[in-house]
Amino acid sequence: MAMTWLWTGMIALSLVFGWQNGTLEAVSAAAGTGAQSAVELCISMAGPLCLWNGVMEVLKACGGLEGLSRLLRPVLSRLYPAFRSDGAVMEAISANVSANLLGLGNAATPSGIRAARGMAERTPGVASDSLCMLVVCNTASIQLIPTTVAAVRSGAGCATPFDILPAVWLASACSVTVGILAARLFARLWRGR
Amino acid sequence: MSALTALLLPVILLVTAVAGIWKRVDVYQTLADGAGEGLHILLRILPPLIGLMTAISMLRASGFLDWAAQALGPALSAVGIPPETVGLLLVRPMSGNGALGLGAELMENYGPDSLIGRTAAVMLGSTETTFYTVSVYFGAVGVRRTRYALPVALCADLAGFLAAAWAVRLFFPDS
Repeated sequence: MAMTWLWTGMIALSLVFGWQNGTLEAVSAAAGTGAQSAVELCISMAGPLCLWNGVMEVLKACGGLEGLSRLLRPVLSRLYPAFRSDGAVMEAISANVSANLLGLGNAATPSGIRAARGMAERTPGVASDSLCMLVVCNTASIQLIPTTVAAVRSGAGCATPFDILPAVWLASACSVTVGILAARLFARLWRGR
Repeated sequence: MSALTALLLPVILLVTAVAGIWKRVDVYQTLADGAGEGLHILLRILPPLIGLMTAISMLRASGFLDWAAQALGPALSAVGIPPETVGLLLVRPMSGNGALGLGAELMENYGPDSLIGRTAAVMLGSTETTFYTVSVYFGAVGVRRTRYALPVALCADLAGFLAAAWAVRLFFPDS
């Protein structure tokens, strides 16, 4: 429903601005070509997107998710001290983080929700500090190889779509760090409410 | 740095193939299966993009996007964010497809290797659809009192946007 309002608002805005700026002709021309550019975008990113999806499928078949989970567990138990000894929740969290790192959205959400369920059992109806941390970590992108963005770049005619990787890693690291630190800070400030 | 990232693609392909053979995975068939799955993803992305790209093209043609960039330009430039990415900043936390459409439009319009195109790509790659994720998680476990989760998540988004603009300038000083 939110998208309905957003979309209607965008159309209304473009008509108002088109009328005011005298660009109504361009606006109506754009209404005809916009859909075409969506299809063109999808076709131009289809190749790289499918290729990377295939590569990720092979990594998954090699047990990449499980291996990564095992590596991450010691680090993650420091982030969720309240659930350090809860094997099921910790396993779900590490599966969630590994799937997010590899960009497997379809695998990340179910394990993330499994972890959230386990956390919510202790504090029904209220988001505990651990649950807030889990949600904040899932709203920050930690995907190591942003394949969709790279596919869009090559679709736009970029010869080296992955040259942004170091910048993406740095920006993601900043975003996640700020999220974790802010969650820790708020956990202290919010106590007792 | 550029030589390294240029090699990244073929090296990942080789490492994946060798790891697959090592683990006795039918690499070629699995790759093809995954690629087929990619087509399903595309089919899911395309329908919403048709509506969104239509609206975005109309907004661009009407002059609204340029006006918004100009209106918010001084504030955004002051913190190092290219004003042209303003739409992306606003839509990113709400709609993943909308942000993808806006980002693609910026890359088409200004070029994928321009400062604006690169910043848009890094922003897309380092942030998530925050409102959607928060509602999916809290909805699934029936939590109504979400306390500080949303403001903190938006803080992380803001940090991501700032860091994206900053990182592009750092790694691509002459773009």
